[in-house]
Parts: sequence; C-alpha cells; structure tokens
Amino acid sequence: MRFAVTKVCGSGAKARAGVLQIGSSSIETPALLLSTRKGLPAFVSRDLLASLPPPDSLLLHVCPTHFMEVPPSKTISNIGGLHRMLGLPDHILLAAAGDSIESLPASEATNKFGASFETPAGRRLVKPADYMELISCMKPNLWASLADEVPAWVTEKRNKVSVERTLRWLDECIALDTDVGENTLGVVVGGSSIEQRKLCATEVSKRNVSGFWIGGLGLGDSAEERCSILNAAVDCLPLEKPRLVSRLGLPEEVLEGVAAGIDLFDSTYIYQLTMGGFALIFPIDMVGKKMQDDTFNNSGVDFTKINLRATTYRKDTSRIVDSCSCFTCQNHTRAYLNHLLNVHEMLAQILLEIHNTHHYLCFFRSIRDAIKSREFDQFRQQFVQNRRAHLAAAVV
Amino acid sequence: MALRFEVLGRFNRARAARLTLPHFTCQTPLFMPVGTQGTIKGLTTDQLEEIGCQIILGNTYHLELRPGSQLIDDLGGLHKFMNWKRALLTDSGGFQMVSLLHLADITEEGVTFQSPVDGKPMLLTPEESIHIQNKIGADIIMALDDVVKTTITGPRMEEAMYRTLRWIDRCIAAHKKPDAQNLFGIVQGGVDPVLRDICVRGLVERNLPGYAIGGLAGGEDKDSFWRVVAQCTAGLPEDKPRYVMGVGYPLDIVVCSALGADMYDCVYPTRTARFGTALVPEGVLKLKQNAMATDERPIDPTCPCMVCKNYTRAYLHCLVTKDAMGSQLLSYHNLSFMMRLSRDLHMSILEGRFPEFVRGFLRMQFPKGDVPKWVRNAMVVAGIDISECCAPAKCPRDAMEVAGTDISEICPPTKCS
Ligand SMILES: [Zn+2]
Ligand SMILES: [Zn+2]
Repeated sequence: MRFAVTKVCGSGAKARAGVLQIGSSSIETPALLLSTRKGLPAFVSRDLLASLPPPDSLLLHVCPTHFMEVPPSKTISNIGGLHRMLGLPDHILLAAAGDSIESLPASEATNKFGASFETPAGRRLVKPADYMELISCMKPNLWASLADEVPAWVTEKRNKVSVERTLRWLDECIALDTDVGENTLGVVVGGSSIEQRKLCATEVSKRNVSGFWIGGLGLGDSAEERCSILNAAVDCLPLEKPRLVSRLGLPEEVLEGVAAGIDLFDSTYIYQLTMGGFALIFPIDMVGKKMQDDTFNNSGVDFTKINLRATTYRKDTSRIVDSCSCFTCQNHTRAYLNHLLNVHEMLAQILLEIHNTHHYLCFFRSIRDAIKSREFDQFRQQFVQNRRAHLAAAVV
Repeated sequence: MALRFEVLGRFNRARAARLTLPHFTCQTPLFMPVGTQGTIKGLTTDQLEEIGCQIILGNTYHLELRPGSQLIDDLGGLHKFMNWKRALLTDSGGFQMVSLLHLADITEEGVTFQSPVDGKPMLLTPEESIHIQNKIGADIIMALDDVVKTTITGPRMEEAMYRTLRWIDRCIAAHKKPDAQNLFGIVQGGVDPVLRDICVRGLVERNLPGYAIGGLAGGEDKDSFWRVVAQCTAGLPEDKPRYVMGVGYPLDIVVCSALGADMYDCVYPTRTARFGTALVPEGVLKLKQNAMATDERPIDPTCPCMVCKNYTRAYLHCLVTKDAMGSQLLSYHNLSFMMRLSRDLHMSILEGRFPEFVRGFLRMQFPKGDVPKWVRNAMVVAGIDISECCAPAKCPRDAMEVAGTDISEICPPTKCS
C-alpha cells in the first residue's frame, strides 16, 4: 500500500486530496468505503457492482466478525481468501471488526481478553488471536486492529481502559501479523475526551502501522464534541499516512470529516437510506449550481433525499435524478420504485442501493474536485446554505 | 392473431419452434419465470436478459390490486412500467383468487370474491379479466376459466369444463386488442379423458392463437398428469403453441416437451431459491445443509452462470435464508439453470439428438436407474427409448442374474420389481 497527499486546502489547510495505491488500483481520496454484509454490498451483486463508477466502487469495508460462525476460516483460506470467496479479485477490501448493523461493539461485555460484539447469532467475544486468525485466512488488503470502542457516555475510567486495551491489542495484533503491520490501520479511540484522543493518536502513531482508523465516533457523541475530537486526534497523526473515520456518513458529517483532514469514510448511511425507501437527490456539484426545482416542493423531506414510498411518486415517470447515469435512473422511474416499495419487492432495495451508492460516490468525486480547485470551503458552505434555505422554505 | 409459430425441428411429438410475439422472438420449448408483481424477485431486467429469459409471467390479480391496471395503462403498459423489453404473459386472475382467497365463489357470471382491501364482495367476469389484461398489455393473455381442484371428478368437473367453453366466447368478444395481444384458451376437464377431449375440440373450433393445458400440477398423480398432457397435445393443432400451466420441475418439463408441449411457467425455481435450494443436473442441492459450510466447489461445475463461475457452496451456505444476497444469487443460478434446460431442449430437437439429450438428463437425475414408472410410460408414448437408463443397474439382483448367480435369498424379488 502506498499513499500520497496531492493537494491541501481549506481554511485550516487540513482538507486534503490524495491517492491510495493498492496493488494495481489507485483510488483518489477523500473516498467512501462501501459497506457490506458478509463481504458483498447488501443488495448489489458483483455484476451490478461493476456498473458503478470505477475505480471508486472498488473500495469495500468487510467485517471479519460476519464470518465468525461460517464458513470456517480454514475454508476461507482454502478458497483463497476473501477476494476469491467474494468473487471480487480486483476489489480493495478493508477489514475492521465492527459495523453498525450486524456486528455492533458491545462495550459492556468487552473485557481484558477481547472485544465483544452484538451479532445476529448473539454476543461474541473476539480475542486478538481469534481476530488475527480470521485476518490471516481472509487476506484483506488492509485491516484495522481490534479495538475496545466505547460510547460517549461511559465514565472517564472506562474510557481510559478502552484506550489502554486498544493500544495493547494493537501491539498483540501486529505481533501476530506475518507482515508485521505493513497492512495495518491502527485504531484510535478515546471517546469524548480530547486528552485521551490525543494520547491514543500519539501512541498509535509510534507503532509500525500504515494508516489510522478513527473509531468510537457516532456512538452517542454530539456534533459539537465530534468536531473537536476529530481535530484533536487528527492533529496528532502524521501527515503522510491515510486516516479513516468510522460511522460518519451523513453528507454534513462527511464534509466535516474532510475539513478535519480525513481521507476515508466507512459508513452504513447508504444502507440505512435504502432500507428506509430513500433516494439521494441533492445536487452533486454544489458550487454555483441551483438545486433541482422539485427539491423545494416536497415538504417534509430535507433537500438531500426523497422518500419514494410517498404517494406523490405513484405516477411520477421521471427518473430519481434527471442527470444521473446510474443503472436505476437509466432504466426505471420513480413510479416503478414506488410500486416496488409498496409491494415489498426486493428489487426496490437493489435499485435504491445502486442509485444511492452511485450518487454518493459522485458526491465524493465532487469533494475531491473542490479540494483540487481550492474551492472546498465554498463547496461545504454552499451545501450548508442549501440545507438552510430548504429548511426555511419548509417552514413557510 | 399477433403471433407466428414456426416449427423448426421435430422428434416424434417433440418440437423446437420459433415463436414470434409482438415484443420478442422466442425459441421453444421455453420456461417462463413468474414475476408476480411486475418483477422477478431479486433480479434486474438486465440480469434476466443476460440469463436468457424470453417471456416473463405477471399475475393479473396482484397487478390489479397494486399498482392497478389503470395506472399501468396510464403509464404506457407493463412493458414500459417495469422496463422489460421482451415478451410478457398475464394470467386471468381467476386461479389466484380461488387459490388465495377462501371466500371465492364461482357462478355463471364470474368469480365472486371478497376484496382483500375492504372485504366488499367483488366480481371478476371473463369480460373484466380481459379488460384488465388489455390494459396491462402483455403479449399473451389468458382466458378466464372455471378453476376446480384437479382431483375433483363428476358433475362439478363437467360443469367447470363446459363453463370454461362458454366463457371463452365471452373472452373473445371482450378482447379489444387481438392485433397486439394473443388470447390463449385453457383446456380443462381434470383427469377425465372424455371431458378433456370435448374441451380440446371446443377450443380448437375457436381458432385461438395458442392453447394452454390447465388444471394440472395440482396434486393429481403423475401417471394421470402425463396422460392428460399427451392427450391434449395430440388433439391441439400442430401450428399453435401449447402451454402447460404451472409446470416447473425440470423432469416434468422434459417429459412434457417430449410429448409435444412448448411452454411452461412456475414459481418453483425462484421460490425454492429463497429457501436455499439450488437446481443441479442431479436434482437439487440444499445449501443450508451443514456439509455445505466447508464445500469449496461451485453449485454446479458445469453451469456457466455468474454465480457458479464466482462462488463456492461454502460461501452461499452462509448467505442463504439469512441475507437478501443469498436469494438473489440462488435465484440467478436457478433461472439460469431453467433457461439452459430450455435451450438444451430446443437445440437437441433441432440438431436431431433429442433422445440422447433425454437419456443424458435421466441418467443424471436417476444415476441408479430408478426412473419412475410414469416417466417410462410417457417415454413409450413419446417414442423415446430410455431402456439403457433404466435397466442395467436397477438393482444388484439384475446385475447378478446376468452373471448367472442365484441371489434370491439375499435379494427378495419384490424389492426390485
Ligand atoms: Zn441514479
Ligand atoms: Zn449456475
């Protein structure tokens, strides 16, 4: 893995564009990791995944804990690792133990031996040795160390313990790794404590890791807290290595993360939108562009998305987004999606996940373009303004 | 008439044909997957084309409930609504009512049923069924028939058959788009050869674009099943397509094709996929079984589909019945399997190697040679010699008798009859 920052801009000169080189693929950052269930997007199979814009759609977040029950890790290893098992030989797979849906950190059950997760099969304790066994069989391109992630409301003492454990497990993981940390992202935790965040980031930076995974966010922290936590942690990290933040997914949160110097995002935002029947519609190119007219006319919806379950789309033969080149928009109408949602047909989720993923990947491309043309602050401002304008219009 | 049916090749009763419909030129024999509500569960229209689907079936009853045929018509018909460029077929809606709603009652006027929306009594007449199907706009539409349980005999079955014949005239009269949509009549009459014969003659007189054999796959014994199919295909015109409704097991399709049928539909391949079962040349593969967790082979090494080229049984084992992707991938494979079977039937008839194909198929499904009696009986009528798939390894007794050994003590004759 190689990483290089290519452009820095923004008021604090922290927002950055870069290039992540893994194998023969190079991915521009800031970038989104597509969330997966057992290694594949929830509804988008490999042939449909290929219709999403490359190379951005090559980056996937895989949760090793999804494979704790089956198949046995030896089988995964025999098949040739995750890439072969998932039928995605050219994709870039980043592994991290927890996610927000199928494998939630259960901090109250985590102990000194290992991290606990809430899975569909029940609660599972994962020790660093178990985790590394999974990693060595799966052979992801990059993997985050095992962490003790705690929500914002735990005591100061528990938060300190979480930092200590996370650092100890990082050392244990690297010690067990055949590549001694070459493909490792060290996890930075520390809850809402600025001090602990700095301590953790500084300590992790001393280890032989190739990048950083900022965890423990999106677990009960407020928006204001998050901004300072993120900045405190990022300021202690070396400039030349990539930084990934977990569980920040809303467009505003992504923009905030980018402003703080984050390069990679993993989130289940698209999955949640899709399950709710939502389609993203906000204008991709924020700078100097007006919004689509109808975004103002749908009261009860914010300007970023529409809910296709609403009866107003029953006879709407337009595309979700007129200018969108995704498979869904090129082939299907809002009316058809409305019908599929009404009758609970799985194709609704397939088509929505395709559009939402496509739309969000384009949003990330626009963010990169804005950074490259030194317009990121403007871009971010415009987004916030649009949102405010819409909220104002909705009140009137 | 809005279709053309050209027989391109034959083997005895079996035929390979080109069926030209308003939206697609199909090759028969063919299997039609069921897309009840304007979608095949879990697959995109591009994937269906990729797999080789030629005709998709829509259920009139469900489509009328949601989103409603008026809306479909307003938006330009079902083809446009679901963006399916190939052919579509809709059923009459009658079968769904009788099978889904307990309170359906059939009178001379039509099918009376309780609205699932507000419980009010509603009436589906032959005219209304055709009117709805005209609005949906499928290439093939089905006449409303009087559906009774296949196993019923006596006066009720006779009444249903004659009523079906009376209703076909009302359907023909109500059909507003004969130049764009093909109305198929349905042969009824249960397992009674006399009734079936009267129905076939009655329908053939009406000179319809195509004919369906209805009232099967409903619990009748297999020997009755194939005899009805054989009887109907023999009585139906050579130059019109023949559709056996509700048939979807690969074995049934092979047998019916040998007897001269051309089209089939069934929810089986997609429904069984959702329960974790894959169709394979040997029969079925239950991916839920524990042994699959460590099985590093594809579902079917001979299958060229996207799923078999990329995924192991072990990985599919962890997806099926739990994740949407499990049923998506298995439906993809199962429909690929059915489409490959359709193509194999067509090509083997066309290339004059149909008997070899049937024998190969039976050898895979019955490696021990235990081909069911009804299949053997049907193959006699179809004029296909399958003795080599049945006889040799039927049981150790046969093999050893050939060798001249007396084994009557260890293998009582009754077991091997
Ligand atoms: Zn789109
Ligand atoms: Zn296959």
